[in-house]
Amino acid sequence: MSDVSFVRTEMLPEKEPPASEVGILGWIRHNLFSSWLNAILTLAALYLIYYALSNILSWTFESVWNANSLSECREIMMATWGDTHGHACWGVIKDRWLQLLYGFYPPYPAHPDATWSNPPETGGWPAYFRPNLTFILLLVSIAPVLFTKAPRKLLFVTAAYPFLLPWLMWGGSIWGPLMVAAGFAIGYFVYKLALPAAGSLTALILAIVLPILWWLFASGPVAVAIDSVIPIGIEPVQSRDFGGFMLAILLGVVAIGVSLPIGIVLALGRQSDLMIVKYLCVGFIEFIRGVPLITLLFVASLLLNLFLPPGTNFDIILRVMIMMTLFSAAYMAEVIRGGLAALPRGQYEGADSLGLNYWQAQRLIIMPQALKISIPGIVSTFIGIFKDTTLVSIIGLFDVIGLTNGIRADTAWNGVYWELFAFIGVLFFVVCFSMSRYSMYLERKLQTGHR
Amino acid sequence: MTTLTDPPKEHFRLSMLLYDTRYRSATIQVIAMIGFMLLAAWIINNTIQNLETLGRTVGFDFFAEPASYDINQRLLEYDSRDTHLRAALIGLLNTLVVAVLGCITATIIGVMVGVLRLSNNWLVARIMTVYVEMFRNVPVLLWIVFAMAILIESLPAPRAFRGENPEATMDLFGTVAVTNRGVYVPEFLFSRGLGDIHLFGTSSLRFDVSLDLIAFLIVMGGSIFAMRKVSAWANATQEKTGDRPTIWHIQLGLFFVPSAILLGALGFHLGFPELKGFNFTGGTHLRNSLIALWLALSLYTAAFIAEIVRAGILAISKGQTEAASALGLRPGRTMRLVVLPQALRVIIPPMISNYLNLTKNSSLAIAVGYMDITGTLGGITMNQTGRELECVLLLMLVYLAISLSISAVMNWYNNRVKLVER
Repeated sequence: MSDVSFVRTEMLPEKEPPASEVGILGWIRHNLFSSWLNAILTLAALYLIYYALSNILSWTFESVWNANSLSECREIMMATWGDTHGHACWGVIKDRWLQLLYGFYPPYPAHPDATWSNPPETGGWPAYFRPNLTFILLLVSIAPVLFTKAPRKLLFVTAAYPFLLPWLMWGGSIWGPLMVAAGFAIGYFVYKLALPAAGSLTALILAIVLPILWWLFASGPVAVAIDSVIPIGIEPVQSRDFGGFMLAILLGVVAIGVSLPIGIVLALGRQSDLMIVKYLCVGFIEFIRGVPLITLLFVASLLLNLFLPPGTNFDIILRVMIMMTLFSAAYMAEVIRGGLAALPRGQYEGADSLGLNYWQAQRLIIMPQALKISIPGIVSTFIGIFKDTTLVSIIGLFDVIGLTNGIRADTAWNGVYWELFAFIGVLFFVVCFSMSRYSMYLERKLQTGHR
Repeated sequence: MTTLTDPPKEHFRLSMLLYDTRYRSATIQVIAMIGFMLLAAWIINNTIQNLETLGRTVGFDFFAEPASYDINQRLLEYDSRDTHLRAALIGLLNTLVVAVLGCITATIIGVMVGVLRLSNNWLVARIMTVYVEMFRNVPVLLWIVFAMAILIESLPAPRAFRGENPEATMDLFGTVAVTNRGVYVPEFLFSRGLGDIHLFGTSSLRFDVSLDLIAFLIVMGGSIFAMRKVSAWANATQEKTGDRPTIWHIQLGLFFVPSAILLGALGFHLGFPELKGFNFTGGTHLRNSLIALWLALSLYTAAFIAEIVRAGILAISKGQTEAASALGLRPGRTMRLVVLPQALRVIIPPMISNYLNLTKNSSLAIAVGYMDITGTLGGITMNQTGRELECVLLLMLVYLAISLSISAVMNWYNNRVKLVER
């Protein structure tokens, strides 16, 4: 009886996977053509991409850079391509990009007579050095906050920045901002001196009350007095000259920077056991969140001067900053409240059981975790408030969208839309997109492995 | 052995207001209250003094004066001899129109984009990511003016529709005219209509209620009620016998037949837009400003809604999808029956705040000249009468009321679908 059964005694060598399952082909099969529906979707998407790119790319790159008016642009287009459609006229950006970035901010405010067309003699300041320097200092001062690898010494710049910014931007005497800064120093030294003599609570009250008295009654006259003896100052710039993308950054930075601490306080107030404090915070937050920003800007431009003592007439940009700060503080408070609510109850109880008092517990245990949880929300509030700075064009400030109307009002550029919108869109996209990427980086970095 | 006793009762000392935690909270609250009241009194006092200096009084009597400006896009009848109050009412309705339309389209687009962003198809998912990032990172005001510019600059003028060989033709079988002056869509007409009820006589709040619409809504409600009864009967039969009776044709008939009979009886027909001279007449005219605002707000908000939907779907654990596959459900059904109902609970709260944002962003209508409440009450009325204080405060109150009612309704819905835990 012959043995017909066959049993393989040695292993076959491993085969290569089929070519349609690996490599680029396999990837395409799995990700683009896994089913009929997917194949149709892929083809539709490919067509869409082709259609969009073929139009956008030719519009962007088959374009005219050297032209001084739209009609000149069209003549060049007719001469080159025989068609005025589907070609960008970047000449308008080349002509007006400084205005779109800086508004009507004078290029050489250090030299009163110098203008853009009449630059100062050699050795003068470079054009727009004040807004540019302010912006560079901004980057330097937020670097140590954003990145742990940045040298810690830079924190001194961060501390000085709130006083440098208004001085560099608006100009005038340096003694005003310095005297305001002196208020904080007074508070600090009063606290240090009074602490051994009068106890912590009295010292704290003194450290709050004395600087306020200083700011209200003394700092102004002292600044004027010192300035008359040692005048140090730079050429002042009027608020109505502020504009362009610079205005968006200025408003955004101030609103973001000031609203975070206010938002934390409001969130704590809303979570607190003190009933009156809680309801005041709830009322404020819900009121601000219930009305559109544009109505708050109306308040800034029309009503705020009515609410203040007769005769006060302070700067429109400052008024807008106040309202925008209040607006973003309410949203920030809600985001942080979300973070506080997401913390497990055990964290609060743990802090209590260690014998920490309220502020110690907040500072050492609750806030670091709550803020970490709310980073995505905080950053998207930042992005939102930065985008909302464009609304000031509605109350007549020349921000970047307001300027497009002004540019179109010029006969040379009457009828130019897409190039301006594309330029503005790209500016905002770059800033907002990098902010959102940074928040993702921060989330990953702070991820400590819970959950 | 000593027993623990209560510490001796201390007499109240003034310093205990600050140092004793039992009293400190009361102290802080009293100080906060006094501070708040002082601030309020200070602001009110300043306002009164300032108004006196300017020689102005506060009052709402300007509402009864004729507005003498036109509002071209409106739901109710209005002409320039009507009062400021009526102008504000028309504006309020316009705000609500664009908010409701925007919320509906934003939800539809947002859910579609959110689901497609998670698609297995790499290309489609990437395109949706580009869409979301593009709209989320550029200000909504720019999108609104951009949409307006597209409508005005790139659409054909009404005269392009004229002549033997027109440059432009009407869309959807010649029923819709898309021009650079707006979109003309067919309107609903009734040749044997029941007429209107005129409410509030000739006052500023007057409005007409169409009896045709009421009759239609009643019949529709009746149909839906009957359909629910039929489906309940089908469920009961299925419970009892195990076989589900075929009811889809009954449902279809119940839905369409009664309303079709009613519409036939009322002589329902469509009024198509027609080119007369240099412009279209007939049909409903949707102005560019409305369309630009609607389009931009929906696309912008849809990008945010897409992210919420995506996060909501991702929040459902993979086990749920796997269990659904194990039961033999196809991917489409898994999404519809298992994932989305659970994701809805995560999605709804942030969705509420996005609807609120859309409603508040609709106040940017002023940038394209759509006459919403900001354009009427906070725009022309305020500039004509010079009553900034009254107009702005009233405007804020109106928005506050809208926001609070939207969040009340949505919170009620959220509480209804919320999972009842433990």
